[in-house]
Amino acid sequence: MTLNQAKEILEAKVITGLDNLETEVKIGCASDLMSDVLIFNKPESLLLTGLTNPQVVRTAEMADIKAICFVRGKTLDEKTIELAKDKNIILLMTHLPMFESCGRLYKKGLVGLGYLDINKKNG
Amino acid sequence: MAEDKKFTKIQELTYELKIKDVMTKKVVTVHPKKPISELREILYKKGISGTPVVSKGELVGLISIEDFIKCLAQGEMNALIEEKMAKKVETLYADEPVVHAVRKFDQYGFGRFPVIKRNNKKLVGIITKGDIIKGLLKKLEIDYHEEEIHRYRASHIFEDIIADNTTLTFQYNVVGKDFDKAGESASGLKRTLYRLGIQPNIVRRASIATYEAEMNIVVFTDGGKLTASVQPHQIKIDASDSGPGIPDVKQAMRPGFSTAPEWIRELGFGAGMGLLNIKNCTDKMTLDSKVGKGTHLEAVLYLN
Repeated sequence: MTLNQAKEILEAKVITGLDNLETEVKIGCASDLMSDVLIFNKPESLLLTGLTNPQVVRTAEMADIKAICFVRGKTLDEKTIELAKDKNIILLMTHLPMFESCGRLYKKGLVGLGYLDINKKNG
Repeated sequence: MAEDKKFTKIQELTYELKIKDVMTKKVVTVHPKKPISELREILYKKGISGTPVVSKGELVGLISIEDFIKCLAQGEMNALIEEKMAKKVETLYADEPVVHAVRKFDQYGFGRFPVIKRNNKKLVGIITKGDIIKGLLKKLEIDYHEEEIHRYRASHIFEDIIADNTTLTFQYNVVGKDFDKAGESASGLKRTLYRLGIQPNIVRRASIATYEAEMNIVVFTDGGKLTASVQPHQIKIDASDSGPGIPDVKQAMRPGFSTAPEWIRELGFGAGMGLLNIKNCTDKMTLDSKVGKGTHLEAVLYLN
């Protein structure tokens, strides 16, 4: 799924990365717990979260997550936007709540990671 | 508001680049005392549709193909250029950002603007929309190449060094309780490892491990140090602090166990997964901690 498609499905606004909406995302990941995102995530994924602080962008940077969509129409911290620009991470914002966002994306073919063993080696 | 913040790389460059960086410097000009008939040759040969009129280096007007056609229709081919040129000319200064030119093109709908020096009004160039596009593309290409060169140079460092043992050490100071700066060390290391040409999935695992270790130092201590030692066969990450120490290391390693304060949890951290994540991302991890003395974490990732 391209980010452009995800943007349409989520009726989202683009905050940063307008030039890169043809970027492909393969997996969806939704969490407000950044530690969980770091454990469960795979690269080339789209992160959905309700958290808006700069550490969300840091987490994405470390985990090679290409794009973040903030749910529930939250207002973003300036620092978060600045950091995302600096790190070339695409930010979207939707007014939909988390469950609705996930459901819409899943229905259109963006899958999750399936079952995960937290004790398994990452690699 | 956040939604108005649609700011592209190209827009950024239009602020960064100056008009003098993108303008055409070699300008075809005409003298005001020449007859209109001479324009035909100049415009036709150079394939241009207008040209600045210059006297003693200073811009005095602008004459275009439309002016020429008008004279042709009215049989005024012997008139002087200065009689027929536009005297009130919109210009741009060489030191203005390109974004000013973009706005001016929008505002006036002209095909070109002469560029003059701010202090003495001397004509130094001419700018068209094509110049702006070319200038932006060139800058994008240069930026891209610079990053490539950095990466190329750095990735050959191990081949270039002659020694029985080589270790590159990168050290980062982590400030305690500063949530805004948290992650800067891991970010710096990530970029460095990437430039060294290390495989992306190993860079990613090393970055996640470093970030988790950095978060622990930020959240629980008054500060500490992160050190990455890169050798041809492995990366070793050391995280040390003189903070409060962990009373029960085994318990701390259990998924979900956390002593993080409420404010950290609200920020999305402290879920009790950090140490386990470091272990999962690296090939070997050891953790030593003494209450009141501090904590030392060592994690190794094998290359190849």
